[in-house]
Amino acid sequence: MYKYDEIDQQLVDERVAQYRDQTRRFLAGELSEEEFRPLRLQNGLYIQRHAPMLRIAVPYGMLSSKQLHKLADIAARYDRSYGHFSTRQNMQLNWPKLEQIPDILAELATVEMHAIQTSGNCIRNITTDQFAGIAPDEVVDPRAMAEVIRQWSTFHPEFALLPRKFKIAVSGTKQDRAVVQMHDIGMEFYLDGANKVAIKVWVGGGLGRTPILGSVINEHLEWQHALTYCEAIVRVYNLHGRRDNSYKARIKILVKALGIDEFRKQVDAEWLHLKDTPNTITEAELARVAQHFAAMPYDNLPVNNASFEAEVANNVAFAAWVKRCVHAHKQTGYRAVTLSLKPHGKAPGDASSEQMHIVADLAAQYSFGELRVSHEQNLILADVQLGDLFAVWQQARAHGLATPNIGLLTDIICCPGGDFCSLANAKSIPIAQAIQMQFDHLDYLHDIGELELNISGCMNACGHHHVGHIGILGVDKDGSEWYQVSIGGKQGNDASLSSVIGPSFAAEEMPGVVQRLIDVYIDQRTPEELFIDTVRRLGVAPFKAHVYAAKEIEASHV
Amino acid sequence: MSNLIYQNAITTDDWTLVELPKVEKVVRMQAGKVVLFHLTGENTISAAQIADTVIPPNGLVLLPMSVYIARKASLENRVAKQEVGIWLATHERLESLIEVEPDLNRFPLVAVFVERFADGRIFSLGNLLRTRYGYNNTLRAFGDVLRDQLYFLKRSGFDSYLIRADRNAQEALTSLNDFTRPYQGAVDEKLPVWRRVSRK
Ligand code: HEM
Ligand code: SF4
Repeated sequence: MYKYDEIDQQLVDERVAQYRDQTRRFLAGELSEEEFRPLRLQNGLYIQRHAPMLRIAVPYGMLSSKQLHKLADIAARYDRSYGHFSTRQNMQLNWPKLEQIPDILAELATVEMHAIQTSGNCIRNITTDQFAGIAPDEVVDPRAMAEVIRQWSTFHPEFALLPRKFKIAVSGTKQDRAVVQMHDIGMEFYLDGANKVAIKVWVGGGLGRTPILGSVINEHLEWQHALTYCEAIVRVYNLHGRRDNSYKARIKILVKALGIDEFRKQVDAEWLHLKDTPNTITEAELARVAQHFAAMPYDNLPVNNASFEAEVANNVAFAAWVKRCVHAHKQTGYRAVTLSLKPHGKAPGDASSEQMHIVADLAAQYSFGELRVSHEQNLILADVQLGDLFAVWQQARAHGLATPNIGLLTDIICCPGGDFCSLANAKSIPIAQAIQMQFDHLDYLHDIGELELNISGCMNACGHHHVGHIGILGVDKDGSEWYQVSIGGKQGNDASLSSVIGPSFAAEEMPGVVQRLIDVYIDQRTPEELFIDTVRRLGVAPFKAHVYAAKEIEASHV
Repeated sequence: MSNLIYQNAITTDDWTLVELPKVEKVVRMQAGKVVLFHLTGENTISAAQIADTVIPPNGLVLLPMSVYIARKASLENRVAKQEVGIWLATHERLESLIEVEPDLNRFPLVAVFVERFADGRIFSLGNLLRTRYGYNNTLRAFGDVLRDQLYFLKRSGFDSYLIRADRNAQEALTSLNDFTRPYQGAVDEKLPVWRRVSRK
């Protein structure tokens, strides 16, 4: 992974000093609450329901063992010994003290980490596929470009105070796993007819109040121009995006209002001036960064491993885990492993300091000392030998990290919701927990098959409920908490937004509602058909009918 | 004590800021009108306001862009004597000035007014003035200018900063150098780090 040189290190150290002084001025009353706000936000510090929340950047989801050990120590020392891994591949602390943030940042800087631009109206952490560099279907490893973009966007002077936050995602696979269409700018790297790396660029995607999938603004952009082209897009947005209403300030609103063709015209006009200016990426710079992402020193392994196969045959629990949590790898004899942060009944994406230490040790022992955070809020060991899988599983299982539910109903994506977030209409974590307990039967869970369930506590959509096969949204009715259910959302190349099935439900009804959706699916599915396919084939009607029929019967019993 | 920074030091302000006469605030609804997007929620300037603007007869005057555009003919003399500077607000169209005055270097001072700290349009405007429209003289930021914007303003082509009156400009000076070696090329340092130094 990328290692800092003294330029990177100096920048991060100077940031710690700058932020320390900003905090000092705020505490001394030299900065008002309102003036401090954009400063702390640019540094990932929200003021939340109970305490500040600090979001630490994990650039494109890559972490070293050393960094994860440090995160575990920080969580233990400055927080309540756990951290939350987010859908944007970052880590959040829910209970740090405002006065201690500069010290936390100083500690992070010792392991080449920071919280720069993890919130606020600026270019945020760049996200990508958690299997970048190892996925068998990968065409271009997007990480070097993600790092180049990260550096370019860090303290970019022109884009320090945008109308609203700005998120860029990159991917280099046919099967998009970075949800590029859901970002302000999405970039898919591919090889063009001349076998040169080119980029397909989307703009104006996003969830939140107005969910929109991005539109293609450029089918073929040569990689050298990635930064200047982004500058053209972000400049048009910076000058013309709305600043009067924060709900209408995302670039998606501007793109929609202008239409993609007019927006493209304005970007092209701007790019005429920016193309080939010094921020054009050179071969040498890309090569310098790319060497940090060179393939690991893999052993030459056979395709099969006898002891692994024996364990799979003899151990049902191990076999179930392999089926769900072990993924294909470019390199023969290696696999990627997902360590589930979704044990049933716990807050999705949370890891204790102890677990973080365990994972960091596993990575050091079995996966070249590196790991990744997925946008599904799990941790990934990317390079494990077949013969080591059983040992990894045993240790992971002993620490609650081996729930074999990856990609299944209980691998819920869930925002912090009303337990932590001051914008929430409703709690989301207890709903996730109740649903997990409802389906706490592994055979049944595997029989239901792949299913994505997403929960957001309000229309800001941090839990991406619009693209969940089942999406749950917290709504406020007369001051009490209700949940709106929608089905048929999907991420990936054939992304779609979900449709609401009808009036909302009370919290205690939710496990039953999900159960009834599943009943319809089990009843109606063809062999091999996933939940989402059944919804797409049948539409919302039969699901709606069954869910609300049950509700009426219940009501008539009361 | 002056609150004006020029380059790296506090200096006195020789310019007289000329403002448009105030009018009742009218809240204009946009209803999705694209043409006026960047004006959303901001007042437009009326012909009466422009006509009623009082320009001091002598000395260095910093005029609203709209006043200069409308009353250009009567100001030629003073422009020739280097007595006219121009200011615009972040939502105004810079192009409307260029259309009537392609050579901005006729003005010794151009200033951009930023009403709220969080309004980052000022950075793009600075960049455009320097890189697109070839403006080489003093470029000033004024309004809600606090020390934590200075580094970005400097990198966007500004060299003059009028710090908000209730803040200490001397302390603000240090923030001009918050970071030593930026990653990306911008207006002040044109080259990105990988073109400036050899990195390994
Ligand atoms: C607890 C404090 C949090 C607050 C106050 C908060 C606030 C918000 C707000 C206001 C938005 C909507 C922005 C817009 O539509 O322009 C948003 C979007 C988003 N949040 Fe959060 N959030 C929080 C936590 C999280 C967490 C923990 C995650 C990850 C698990 C997350 C991931 C996201 C994502 C991915 C979006 C983008 C949706 C989109 O593309 O529009 N947020 N957040
Ligand atoms: S979706 Fe709403 S409730 Fe959930 S974290 Fe985001 S803002 Fe908070």
